[in-house]
Amino acid sequence: MVVRRNVLGLVIAGLVVAVAVATFASPFASSSPDGLEKVAADKSLDTDVEDHALADGPFADYGVEGVDDERVGTGLAGLVGVAVTFAVGFGLFAVIKRARVEPEPRPEPSSAAAGS
Amino acid sequence: MHIPDGFIDPGTSAVAGVVAIGTVGVCVKQAGKAIDDRDVPLAGLAAAFVFSVQMLNFPVASGTSGHLLGGALAAVLVGPWLGPLCVAVVLVVQALLFADGGLSALGLNVVNMSVIGGWGGYAVFVGLRTVLPRARSSIVAAAGIAAGVSVPLAALAFTVQYAIGGNDATSVSTVAVAMVGVHLLIGIGEGVITAMTVSAVMAVRPDLVYGARARELAPVAVRAPMATTVGG
Repeated sequence: MVVRRNVLGLVIAGLVVAVAVATFASPFASSSPDGLEKVAADKSLDTDVEDHALADGPFADYGVEGVDDERVGTGLAGLVGVAVTFAVGFGLFAVIKRARVEPEPRPEPSSAAAGS
Repeated sequence: MHIPDGFIDPGTSAVAGVVAIGTVGVCVKQAGKAIDDRDVPLAGLAAAFVFSVQMLNFPVASGTSGHLLGGALAAVLVGPWLGPLCVAVVLVVQALLFADGGLSALGLNVVNMSVIGGWGGYAVFVGLRTVLPRARSSIVAAAGIAAGVSVPLAALAFTVQYAIGGNDATSVSTVAVAMVGVHLLIGIGEGVITAMTVSAVMAVRPDLVYGARARELAPVAVRAPMATTVGG
């Protein structure tokens, strides 16, 4: 039987790593096109591409509107993204947990037999 | 590998949207049967972690980069029902907040990265776990290899979508070769990051790695000896 211990420590440590990566490492990540973007450009798959409907949003393309330094903007956008993703995920999973269908209580033949 | 709007025609994108909603519904239903209090913050963390590491584009060839997809990683960490939901949350946040991945293409992206990447990767993981020795290192290796395979699988899924609803500018076989080729390289990075992450969690809290924990779900006859092996 696995001993059930608290998960708070791991969650905090994991979030610290996620925030560190998104905020401080991602501004130095490769800015080359990713695999799909590269193939799409090389093989002309993108002739009908449309601008993103939300391209004018405050965090579009992993930047922050009004922050001119690209690396600072990317890091801040990463921080916002980690916080929002955790909050949305936590909220969704909490709703699923609350709606959890409890399994049918197991009949206890021994006690039922004793009661009759 | 986030598909923008306009790459794939609206009809195909809509069908993918329906498939994505259906699979997310299945995942919600199945996850709802077993989710416990610990899973809520853990799966939230898995989503946040995948978002974070997806921002780390690494160079794979001249002028090309790749980044973690995270479907296999999330499925190994929190299971094949919560895992795809984690990646779906990431994709929704990216599309709505960061204009990354088209809105009409959201279904396509969920199908490729969350469902194909997640379930495909998890299936490979389970297969490898079955044949590898029962050891902590086997879980790490199986997760890494499965994650590596999941990336070209997702690239193939895009190719199928292109074949159905693309612009016909390039033959499907050419697209398949180009997509799978570059994503085999990206898959190496996916495998390394996934193995490192699973290894780190296994080192501190192996009981929280679903893919290692799930072995307890084996038939009762083999449960006891396996539990002692895991504990030791």
